[in-house]
Amino acid sequence: MSAVTRAATRRRILQGMMGGAAVTVGLPFLDCFLNGNGTALAATNAQLPVVFGSWFWGCGLTPGRWEPQSLGAGYKLPVELQKLASFRDQLTIFSGMKVFMDGKPPTPHQTGHQGILTGHVPKPGVKADYASLDVLISDQIGTKTRFRSLEVTGSGNARDTLSRRSASVQNPSEVSPMALYNRIFGPEFKDPNAAAFTPDPKVMVRKSVLSSISEERAALAKNLGSADKARLDQYFTSLRQLENQLEIELQKPAPMAACTHPGKPEETVQGLEVNAAVKNVKLMSDLIAHALACGQTRVFNVAFADATSSVRKPGETATHHILTHEEAIDEKLGYQPRAQWFNDIIMGSLADTASALRNVREGDGTLLDRTLLLATSETGFAKIHSLENIPMMIIGKAGGRIKGGQHIQAKGDPATRVGLTVQQVMGVPASSWGTESLETSKTFTELLA
Amino acid sequence: MKLVFAKAGLFVAAAVALAACSPAGGGKENASASATTAMTASQAGGPAIMRRLTQEQYEQIIADVFGSTITLGGRFEPDVRENGLLAVGSGQVSVTAAGLEQYDVMARNVAAQVTDEKRRATLLPCAPKDAKAADDACARETLSKVGRLLYRRPLTQAEIDGRVAKAAEGAVKLKSYYAGLEASLAGMLVSPQFLFREELVEADPSRKGMTRLNGYTKAARLSFFLWNAGPDDELLRAAETGEIHTAKGLTKQVDRMLASPRLKEGTRAFFTDMLEFDRFGTLAKDAAIYPKFNFKAAQEAQEQTLRTIVDHTVTQNADYRDLFTTRKTYLTRLLGAIYRVPVDQPTGWVPYEFPENGGQAGILTQVSFVALHSHPGRTSPTLRGKALREVLLCQKVPDPPGNVDFKIVQETSNPSFKTVRQRLNAHATEAMCKGCHKITDPMGLALENFDTIGGYRTNENGAPIDTSGELDGIKFNDAAGLGKAVHDHPGTTSCLVNRVYSYAVGRVATPSEKDWVKTNLEKRFAEDGYKVPQLFRRIVTSDTFFRVIPPAEKPPAEKLAGKTAAAEKLIQTGELK
Repeated sequence: MSAVTRAATRRRILQGMMGGAAVTVGLPFLDCFLNGNGTALAATNAQLPVVFGSWFWGCGLTPGRWEPQSLGAGYKLPVELQKLASFRDQLTIFSGMKVFMDGKPPTPHQTGHQGILTGHVPKPGVKADYASLDVLISDQIGTKTRFRSLEVTGSGNARDTLSRRSASVQNPSEVSPMALYNRIFGPEFKDPNAAAFTPDPKVMVRKSVLSSISEERAALAKNLGSADKARLDQYFTSLRQLENQLEIELQKPAPMAACTHPGKPEETVQGLEVNAAVKNVKLMSDLIAHALACGQTRVFNVAFADATSSVRKPGETATHHILTHEEAIDEKLGYQPRAQWFNDIIMGSLADTASALRNVREGDGTLLDRTLLLATSETGFAKIHSLENIPMMIIGKAGGRIKGGQHIQAKGDPATRVGLTVQQVMGVPASSWGTESLETSKTFTELLA
Repeated sequence: MKLVFAKAGLFVAAAVALAACSPAGGGKENASASATTAMTASQAGGPAIMRRLTQEQYEQIIADVFGSTITLGGRFEPDVRENGLLAVGSGQVSVTAAGLEQYDVMARNVAAQVTDEKRRATLLPCAPKDAKAADDACARETLSKVGRLLYRRPLTQAEIDGRVAKAAEGAVKLKSYYAGLEASLAGMLVSPQFLFREELVEADPSRKGMTRLNGYTKAARLSFFLWNAGPDDELLRAAETGEIHTAKGLTKQVDRMLASPRLKEGTRAFFTDMLEFDRFGTLAKDAAIYPKFNFKAAQEAQEQTLRTIVDHTVTQNADYRDLFTTRKTYLTRLLGAIYRVPVDQPTGWVPYEFPENGGQAGILTQVSFVALHSHPGRTSPTLRGKALREVLLCQKVPDPPGNVDFKIVQETSNPSFKTVRQRLNAHATEAMCKGCHKITDPMGLALENFDTIGGYRTNENGAPIDTSGELDGIKFNDAAGLGKAVHDHPGTTSCLVNRVYSYAVGRVATPSEKDWVKTNLEKRFAEDGYKVPQLFRRIVTSDTFFRVIPPAEKPPAEKLAGKTAAAEKLIQTGELK
């Protein structure tokens, strides 16, 4: 993007209006940003809508090997993040992030991500109804797209998901690239750039049938206790979303210049063998990138594997998780070499997802430029299930809303500060977030552009 | 709000913790939960609850109503396990947007097949006067017949009117009666009335001021419990006439259901749930180290155990406890290769009895247990011991603590530690680890003759394996001894009874029900010689099973309950640490 042009852009107006301090204000989509054929949108891609993605992996990284030595911009890329070297300019690293327990006993490999992604650590045996960060964000930016969000995992197990609306609604992950392809790009996909559009009468009939189910809601709810009633309400929330999906299918989609149809992915084997996990994440990231470019969704969540990181190297008797606990720290190297091998693989997989977004050219930028990809683990040191110094990163520029390429170090701050900052960047009207010691109203203003 | 929360905390404290993960820890907070019970066992009951159909139930209903050749072509969102059972989880989950999207895919697939030209003549009760136009009479007949089976009750007037109207609207818009019917039927298949089992209550005419489950709900409880299927026509008829509310009418239905071959399906479904066989779906073993173990082996391993259990408990009507000592089972050629037993028959199952002193005894030594509770490339006495306690004895093993110094465990790459026992002993010198591992390892180590896929071995890395172990004070030398100890353990039968009851009602038992289970059902199970079908009969013919107590009595969400009274006692007396 040209640095000398001073023409009006949405971003510049935002900056001027808010003095760069906050960006939670909605802005009308002015016609002057569009030329006749809509290509101006793609040419200044900061004006295409922002995208939020989360990327989770278990068992963290090696303490001391992923935190940059210097603060702010211009840090030297640490050894365990070398796989992300090509994203260096838009990679912000958060170190020193902590999840506070307030005396509650931790559940290993669960407490960390619960604190980071829901802002709440439940008491043992108590079911917490806190929604995850991505759901709070999709409520803000994902209601007008065909899919409110897309979840995938490389583990082969649909249960490996951290996206949740409540304790009884945990959004399952797609595990197969082929199934994900069929879901997004199957017969119901409407090419936004197609010249002709005729609404499908079958879809109209289906939508009408679904609305009639909503009409029976009151009669059903009257017999239920409060907990069951809440579950029925959640069913109807999902039903509304399905109706919305059909409503979108009945409208001519807005053209998306960068939208291309991906080819059918190959059939793959799913499971915890680490190469299979990497391959499936890569294929599904590519499909997600196409879905974003085609306006099918604006929110996605990747879980590399399960939260314990039970991935394994073929022929090895120990999994990544077992190695983090059992492998001795090599005194000469200062780390656990066999466990560390997985860290490189996993960071490579994160790079695959970021690359898939960067590979989509939109005007003179890329899809990654309008994305905020939040990568997080659940422990600062897997060997002892530490909840201190948990690795967290942001890749992407969120449509110019954030400054990338920094090292931000917290001094005993709750990890929820990152989550709150991200929510505000994504336009969620939240001034504080989290419970007990995880509650915070402080954001990282140095991140904001 | 605050008050309620404080109370919830109390319940949790009372119901949990086998022992804390510290050497000084112990289940000190074991105030008896039943002390807070206002109801006596003779008035025991619980709230009605709404359950989401499980994947198997959904599939069974579609097969029963439309035939087994109908394909679904969609994916189910995962069922969730709570308090040891998916059946309990089914009473706590809702439907996610992605899940409903898939239900919608399946609903449309099913409806399209039911109304297609090949099937409509056999599956549908009537044909329209004009296939290009709406036909309300025929649509009404079809949708009310199908709807009664799908909703497990007759449709209300508003429901049937709505469905017929939508079929007509679709027929007009799409110029086809069958396209309209298809759309309306698909709607029925994504509706909450089908996907959730709502339990309806009514005033109990025999007890003034009390409520009971209505007849259709009773029928559904019976059939999902005993058959893992929706109620059949005969059960719905008994509900319609009210016969199901009389002792005689109920007994007639129960006799019929227990005598049906479908009881085997129901028994299978219960044990599949209790033994956590859903986890086989994602179980993998390292192909480089264990080439014999593949997807098929995983399937057959489950099937072996289920066949053993169904044959033993239903066909033979034998003592449940003997499942932990019996050497009788069924094998395929593939499983024979893992057990190193020649199986002549190239395909299918053959009955087989392992030799005495051959190492194999009871379902704990079967591939389905030792392989499911292992790592992909190595065994884990800790995982096996934990599964034994949690799955078969209904105890809760605490999670390992955070921020523990694992210094000692680092030594495990030391080449002088050849066996798992040696490696685990290294843990035991660390006080923080010792507390937990003492709960799980001594029984898990007795299964060390079975490698991670269930193959028999006598040494590991060249060192002989020591299989001596202990379970709650009973010492033994090998897996057969462990099987005997589990056979004799009071927790074994008490756990089964509690799990079966919880499975049948789809939730954690209320305090009054727990009291009743302990003082009545567990006793009867012993008197009946630990016969599983008889246990089912005792439950479904009891007043407790159908008695509705408003949700106020329901204990707050307690995730860790489900530990048996026997285990509680062992903790109190300090026998279990």
